Amino acid sequence: MDRRKSLKAIALGTLSTGLLLDACKETDKKADPAKTDASTAGKIDRMPEETDHFNKINAEKFFSEHEMATITILADIIIPKDDVSGSATDAKVPDFIEFIVKDMPEHQTPMRGGLRWLDLQCLRQYEKSFKDCNEQQRIAMVDQIAYPEKAKAEMKPGVNFFNLMRDLTCTGFYTSEIGVKDIGYAGNKPNQWNGVPDEVLKQYNLAYTEKENKECVSYK
Amino acid sequence: MGELQIKKQAVKYDVVIVGSGAGGGMAAYMLANAGLKVCLLEAGPLYDPAKNVTQLKNPWESPRRGAATRFRPFGDFDACYWGWDIDGEPYTKTAGTQWDWFRARMLGGRTNHWGRISLRFGPKDFKRRSIDGLGDDWPIGYDDIKPYYDRVDELIGVFGTNEGLENDPDGKFLPPPKPRLHELFIKNAATKAGVPVIPSRMSMLTKPINDKRGACFYCGQCSRGCQVYADFSSSSVLIKPALETGNIDVIPNAMAREVLTDKEGLATGISYVNKDDLMEYQVSGRVVVLAASACESARLMLNSKSQRHPNGLANSSDVVGRYLHDSTGADIGGVLPQLFDRKRYNEDGVGGMHVYSPWWLDNKKLDFPRGYHIEYWGGQGQPAYGFGMGIQSMNGKFLVNGKQKEAGGYGSSLKEDQRFFYGASIGMAGRGEAVAFRHNNCEIDPNVVDKYGIPVLKFNVKWSEHEINQAKHMKETFKEILHSMGAIVTWGGDDGPANNYGLHAPGKIIHEAGTARMGNDPKNSALNKFNQAHDCKNLFVVDGAPFVSQADKNITWTILALSMRASEYIVDQLKKNNL
Repeated sequence: MDRRKSLKAIALGTLSTGLLLDACKETDKKADPAKTDASTAGKIDRMPEETDHFNKINAEKFFSEHEMATITILADIIIPKDDVSGSATDAKVPDFIEFIVKDMPEHQTPMRGGLRWLDLQCLRQYEKSFKDCNEQQRIAMVDQIAYPEKAKAEMKPGVNFFNLMRDLTCTGFYTSEIGVKDIGYAGNKPNQWNGVPDEVLKQYNLAYTEKENKECVSYK
Repeated sequence: MGELQIKKQAVKYDVVIVGSGAGGGMAAYMLANAGLKVCLLEAGPLYDPAKNVTQLKNPWESPRRGAATRFRPFGDFDACYWGWDIDGEPYTKTAGTQWDWFRARMLGGRTNHWGRISLRFGPKDFKRRSIDGLGDDWPIGYDDIKPYYDRVDELIGVFGTNEGLENDPDGKFLPPPKPRLHELFIKNAATKAGVPVIPSRMSMLTKPINDKRGACFYCGQCSRGCQVYADFSSSSVLIKPALETGNIDVIPNAMAREVLTDKEGLATGISYVNKDDLMEYQVSGRVVVLAASACESARLMLNSKSQRHPNGLANSSDVVGRYLHDSTGADIGGVLPQLFDRKRYNEDGVGGMHVYSPWWLDNKKLDFPRGYHIEYWGGQGQPAYGFGMGIQSMNGKFLVNGKQKEAGGYGSSLKEDQRFFYGASIGMAGRGEAVAFRHNNCEIDPNVVDKYGIPVLKFNVKWSEHEINQAKHMKETFKEILHSMGAIVTWGGDDGPANNYGLHAPGKIIHEAGTARMGNDPKNSALNKFNQAHDCKNLFVVDGAPFVSQADKNITWTILALSMRASEYIVDQLKKNNL
């Protein structure tokens, strides 16, 4: 069954949610694994066992196209483009999430089940899957699950899912080239450590002791 | 499988060494430089940090962004091959006991990724029974080992400062790096809480010491191995120069099966399986040196039974596998609000802490017998898998740029939060001395073999109240230090009696020792004070196994010093035709 059509049908309110569940059991096997951003393995030192593991999981596809579309929308809601840096999709976060759930299978059920929970909530509230909701509806849905301390009790599964989705999105983003630049990590390059910069010491009203200045290594 | 054959090497070596970590590497270096013909067996592949590179990589160069795997439990960029769970190499535990066993399989072993914390034992650390009545005294004292510590310092290079502390001896130190910002806060707060903080003592070259190794360039990634050999790894600092003597053959992927002995019970060599071709081999030598790690060496001895050694090789004392103990460990983490919204700069420094706290109290006034040191971390590290997670536990708790926010959220507000909190985390870990007990042991499991058919170890270890009380004290101290600097505990603060105050399971700190302890009495020790087996004079053990106790100091520097000392003894005894 063509999932897109089935979801459209659901959106029109003509199918039961039971059918939605059946329709989504199929996974899309036509996906192109080359699209993922996980092809960097091999540039770092690897044991043969690691390369085998990478090749095996990278050839698999976990999320369906519908799930990936939902993940992509959510990721860009969580990390949108702003005046400092690009969005989650600019940083290829959805590809990272596809890889990491294969590498860490413990994320698979919470992600798959969470995405389904989200679609069913949207279906109930807006008669559409999350992906097919309009932007206003999507944000209204996200607002119900994005704030753990004020979310309603019946939204708890959604809160847990959104916490995981936010975690994976943030970690995928801030470990990407765009994200590392955004956060301002200044290291990972040869340098000579001369201690905390003077202006920073001043800012915190700190100073090195005479003993430290005398004993510690310093560079001109 | 074809017909099973045993291939015997034609060469007879002076010395066959099993294992290439700190102990085996030092023995290889010393013996090869003394002109002896040496065969070094390593259960993993060859490795050279200049060629097998994960250093200076960006997080996105790992598809899992540096997250741990079974292959690299300390993260995808970590230098160490394997760890807690090796394909085809199981181990077992007695029900109701705990032990986690970390095993490296590579040239240089665990020295390729270790923390480089290079501490000498002090005078008291060799005489604990005389002080508190627990365990046993070593057959040697600080004065016996001091000259070797001095030489290890100079050969390998270690930074630190001479503080004149009674049980944390001075050394031949290179200058230490200056403390980082969070370390200055820690130093001030800990000092106020009565906990001394001094420059750490670690084996990175803050100055060049020879023309074979470069100086540290402060990428903070020692755990990934150093391309210019500016930190200590056995592979780069000991085995590489040993190979240059031309006196040593390294056989990688060689899993030792047993120590071979003759009718008189003397060691004649090692039988091993080659992991690549799965053929059986034997290599012979006048002397056999075990340095396969405390537990692997004990396993080899226990698996080497013969008429002369019915209880396992050199085990008439029945102590082999016993007195197994690891460092204690408990940790805590928090955030330091003063560091929110901080200025960005490169503070990678060396790979690890620039300051630490040596043990500072008198156990006579405490409810546990042995001490611990404190390690610190924090600041603006390289993002890796896990970075940015759990923001909902932060952004509702603290004002972000003056604004009270609802915990959780998304969007550009979330990006603001991540930038605001970056670099403000802080943490500390206690690493302490456990008491070595006879009943804490590893033995051969009669029912289980590994994929090579070698009987595996079964562990039987439990913490005592001494270690649990020590962990309780650690946690109280950590909270006091964090409180004193105005930090907020984010994890590890709620531990109690139900989880032994956060005390890690034994084995987790990866400082296992004691399984073939040295002593003057052959009835209750396996080795004499030169790491030589009482029952088999041409067998030596130079890893963590000979340790009678392991102090609140990481054991590598003492393994190196003892291995250097034992190697010189071997050379001397061979010259005198005593072996």
